[in-house]
Amino acid sequence: MLKDITLGQYFPGNTVAHRLDPRTKILLVVLYIVALFCAKSWGGYATMAVTLAVCVKISKVGLKSLVRGLKPVLFIIIFTGVLNLFFTPDDHYLVEWGVIHISQAGLVRAFFMVLRIMLLIMGTFLMTYTTSPIRLTDGLESLLGPLKKAHVPVHELAMMMSIALRFIPTLIEETDKIMSAQKARGADFESGGIVQKAKALIPVLVPLFISAFRRADELATAMECRCYHGGEGRTKLHVLRYAARDYVALAGGVLICGFVLVLRQFGL
Amino acid sequence: MAEIIQTQNLKYAYPVEEDEKPVLALAGVNLLIQKGSFVVVLGHNGSGKSTLAKMFNGVLQPTEGDVFVDGMNTRDESLLLSIRQHVGMVFQNPDNQIVANVVEEDVAFAPENLGVPTEEIRSRVDEALAAVDMSEFTTHAPHLLSGGQKQRIAIAGVIAMAPECIVLDEATAMLDPVGRQEVLSTVHRLNREQGITVILITHHMNEAEDADRVIVMDDGKVAMDGLPQEVFSHVDQLRGMGLTVPDTVDLLDRLRRDGLDVPLGALKVEACADAIAAAMAVI
Repeated sequence: MLKDITLGQYFPGNTVAHRLDPRTKILLVVLYIVALFCAKSWGGYATMAVTLAVCVKISKVGLKSLVRGLKPVLFIIIFTGVLNLFFTPDDHYLVEWGVIHISQAGLVRAFFMVLRIMLLIMGTFLMTYTTSPIRLTDGLESLLGPLKKAHVPVHELAMMMSIALRFIPTLIEETDKIMSAQKARGADFESGGIVQKAKALIPVLVPLFISAFRRADELATAMECRCYHGGEGRTKLHVLRYAARDYVALAGGVLICGFVLVLRQFGL
Repeated sequence: MAEIIQTQNLKYAYPVEEDEKPVLALAGVNLLIQKGSFVVVLGHNGSGKSTLAKMFNGVLQPTEGDVFVDGMNTRDESLLLSIRQHVGMVFQNPDNQIVANVVEEDVAFAPENLGVPTEEIRSRVDEALAAVDMSEFTTHAPHLLSGGQKQRIAIAGVIAMAPECIVLDEATAMLDPVGRQEVLSTVHRLNREQGITVILITHHMNEAEDADRVIVMDDGKVAMDGLPQEVFSHVDQLRGMGLTVPDTVDLLDRLRRDGLDVPLGALKVEACADAIAAAMAVI
């Protein structure tokens, strides 16, 4: 059951979207988000939607899996939509029924807000779908590199992130084992309300935490034995290098972002 | 032949609460480990064999006495990096020593730490994976491999440092017989072909049969030290320390007790069979 959990889902592939440098993709997502929040009108939103559609097409990630990514935030999307739909003030309402007022402006605004959230989530998911967690961490470490001068422990944070990712499957396996052991001794994880279910998990979490600490201790020793002494003087097996495609992609991103800003300026 | 590791009157006590009396995990160990040898350290739980292993690359610092690795004292902190590069360690639980979630990234971890240039890391990783016969798993995720395979990855991660000596601290204890065999044949091959000194800490007696030297630890001291045939011929003494003897020696010992004149030194199954056949022929 627990084996199905995947974090930072990644669909391996060999498209241009996969081969782009992770730093490029992070920067593009930042540009994308900026553009998305600047879009104010039909023209702006249409540009963003087309951009995303083209990126999805290039990456060959199934639209279905992207839409599936929306599920956890479905509530937020509906909530935002409803709020905007009913509570946008206007002089003239299309529907007036009790406290509910729906105006044309409200309709348009609700549509835009829902579209914005959906585009936002699908866009960022497209990045995690096409970039392996390790490369993503590498990219972040490299992009945040200048912060090292301000004594931000960038390397350590990146190391922690990649170790956390490395141990997710190990700890999931361990949880499964502990739960089986408890079940064999009569523990019940399925019945009862949410409070009872949560209570039943305590005897699972305690041994899990203890073993996680022991693992951390052993891992630290093993890392020291392999000459780990922080990020200083470290080299890399895979060095990130910008290729021509990265410059093209970045230029494209800047152009689209600029285009959306211009549209906003002219109110289109 | 030069020695890679030397211990002088090595003593170690684990830290305890103030009012408790410290117990010596190591009580005066003097050892010389020759370069290129294959040494097996045996002992029951609590005999100090794992503590001894952790002394060899400065994971633990001696309470008394000294450890020298290629002439470098492990007490000197400025030499620790170089000492750890000379003496690699493989631990018991393969899951807790794999750092990355791609095999090649994990093998590259040590050379990355040492600041080896990128092109050389690539060649070291490929060579190390070839040396443990895991080349086809270069881009696999380690958690999907078997125990023996994971342990071989851990060994590759150590070899990539280009060490002179590998210490395996009960590295076979959590493995099934197939995995254990994989690991053993890998370290034997490394010892034979690349001349890497191997120190194998174990409580499986039969892992000692191909060793150049067997050291038996008991109560923090070296109780026996010699060729496998010599050490295992002291059946009663070994049993007195809570150790078993290999099945072959056990059989020969029982035959001797029944009056058959067989030598106790025949460790391997074939040698044992030959010895029994020879003794039977006399009757």
